[in-house]
Amino acid sequence: MRGNLVIGAVLVGLTVVAALVSFVWTPHDPTLVDAAHRLAPPGGDYLLGTDKFGRDTLSQLMVGARTTLYVGIVAVGIAAVIGTPLGMLAGMTPRGWLSELIMRVNDLVFAFPALLLAVMLGAVYGAGTLTAMIAIGVATVPAFARIARAATMQVMVTDYIMAARAAGRRGPAIALRHVLPNIGSMLIVQASVSFAIAILAEAALSFLGFGTRPPTPSWGRMLQEAQELLFSTPRLALWPGLAIALAVLGFNLLGDGLRDHLDPKLRRIRAER
Amino acid sequence: MISYLAKRVAVLLASTATAGVVVFAFMALLPGDPAEVALGVNATPEAIEALRRQWGTDRPPLTQFLDWIGGLAAGDFGVSYVTSSPIGQQIGERLGVTLTLVVGGMVIALIVAVPAGTFAAVHHRNPLGALISAASQVGIAVPAFLAGILLVFVFAVQAQALPSGGYVPLTEDPSLWFQSLLLPWLSLGLVQGAVLTRYVRSAVLEVMREDYLRTARAKGRGRMGALWRHGLRNAAIPVVTVLGLQLATLLIGAVVVERVFVIPGLGDLLLNGVAQRDLLLVQGVVMVLVVAVLLVNFVVDVAYAVLDPRLR
Repeated sequence: MRGNLVIGAVLVGLTVVAALVSFVWTPHDPTLVDAAHRLAPPGGDYLLGTDKFGRDTLSQLMVGARTTLYVGIVAVGIAAVIGTPLGMLAGMTPRGWLSELIMRVNDLVFAFPALLLAVMLGAVYGAGTLTAMIAIGVATVPAFARIARAATMQVMVTDYIMAARAAGRRGPAIALRHVLPNIGSMLIVQASVSFAIAILAEAALSFLGFGTRPPTPSWGRMLQEAQELLFSTPRLALWPGLAIALAVLGFNLLGDGLRDHLDPKLRRIRAER
Repeated sequence: MISYLAKRVAVLLASTATAGVVVFAFMALLPGDPAEVALGVNATPEAIEALRRQWGTDRPPLTQFLDWIGGLAAGDFGVSYVTSSPIGQQIGERLGVTLTLVVGGMVIALIVAVPAGTFAAVHHRNPLGALISAASQVGIAVPAFLAGILLVFVFAVQAQALPSGGYVPLTEDPSLWFQSLLLPWLSLGLVQGAVLTRYVRSAVLEVMREDYLRTARAKGRGRMGALWRHGLRNAAIPVVTVLGLQLATLLIGAVVVERVFVIPGLGDLLLNGVAQRDLLLVQGVVMVLVVAVLLVNFVVDVAYAVLDPRLR
């Protein structure tokens, strides 16, 4: 469906634009505590109102988008850079002991969800954006390794790989020149889906206090702060909640749309959620 | 089958042992000696030394590790550095609460996903089916803790029908117990149900293309009748696999949802443990959660091999 791709791209685009604009302009200083304007209602000077410290909600949302994308980019980057070569290696030598070892380690890492890794890292080094990014990234490695392996195994039985082999190309050359370009679209789809999961994980970690530390705004912590005021000022939970859901929806739809658009042949391999 | 099972059990044991090494090594990196931390800055060196000996933290790391993992195998998690109470007992009490959350969430997910997914598959060409697909996309984008906050807003703040948090044990008052868990169950179950709906839909769609379903129709069964008698059973295989894998997600989701609703489960124990720097407690809870995930994966693998002999 073309619709998925368009809606996904628009939602992701909105998040990216909000984040980029926040570098040069926000309506107010998102971290400025202003007792005179505590819990100001939406409208006028504060388009979406202010929180209990008088901080502007819209400005916080914009900078929060930055935090979200930053964590997502680094986490997915870590997962792709580690997981892809390992998965390709396992896929090119499916019967070897190395492949077996890689997949076993993969299963083991899979048993450590991002949240547990982040809590452990946080306990040792003090929780923050860095520990959250690393935890989410490491926990996402298995998804990339599996997709890369499955896609590589499909590619390895094609005629052009046979031809390359017959022409005397070595493993690394085949991997770089023939396998990687052909599994690239699958990896992009996986990256988009993993990005959505990373946003969810970052929000959960910030909500629990194991993510980005105050005063840097993050959607998850905005929600956590909003929870105690749910009875009096529910709108404080509405905006960050909406931001998280729309960003995640955007990346998921983008992933689905890209999968249908980029390579119909590989449609059978599902991105891992 | 026996050799397959033996191999899987060996892998499970090896993974568990390796996970133990990872968890222990990680926590050993923690700066500060637990005895010094516990006694504060004014403690005499003698007192610290005595406490170290009492806890056994003066021994070499390898001895400590073997002692810890050996204890785990026997169900002994050691004694908390902070509260001096046995950790195994605390974990046991909390595990029940968390598992109740997970199982309830799973039941709700199934109640939502099986009819919704089947409906969406049968009506995949008309707007109603598309609407369900779209709704499940939106559901997937909502984290369980956000669903929890929304549910609190609707049912506790607006309708004032259910408590916004807290937990009443089943033995104390079954009715209040149910009320205290209903919103947490829904938070986990609706979100997981949205994920599951997609899998049910594609599994049923797949089955609908099969010849045996056409045969059943040709023999005079209605569309739903054929699907009910022949289709759903076959569609169940991939769904059961996903369901197993989702148990792990639910377990972690429960950790966060416990925070939203102030429920004294494993997540609550874990996060409090971190806050109080209760090293051994954190180690124990993390290990229980990791082993739970490993066990679920093991069961899913074996179940799959039983259902589909080609995978052995």
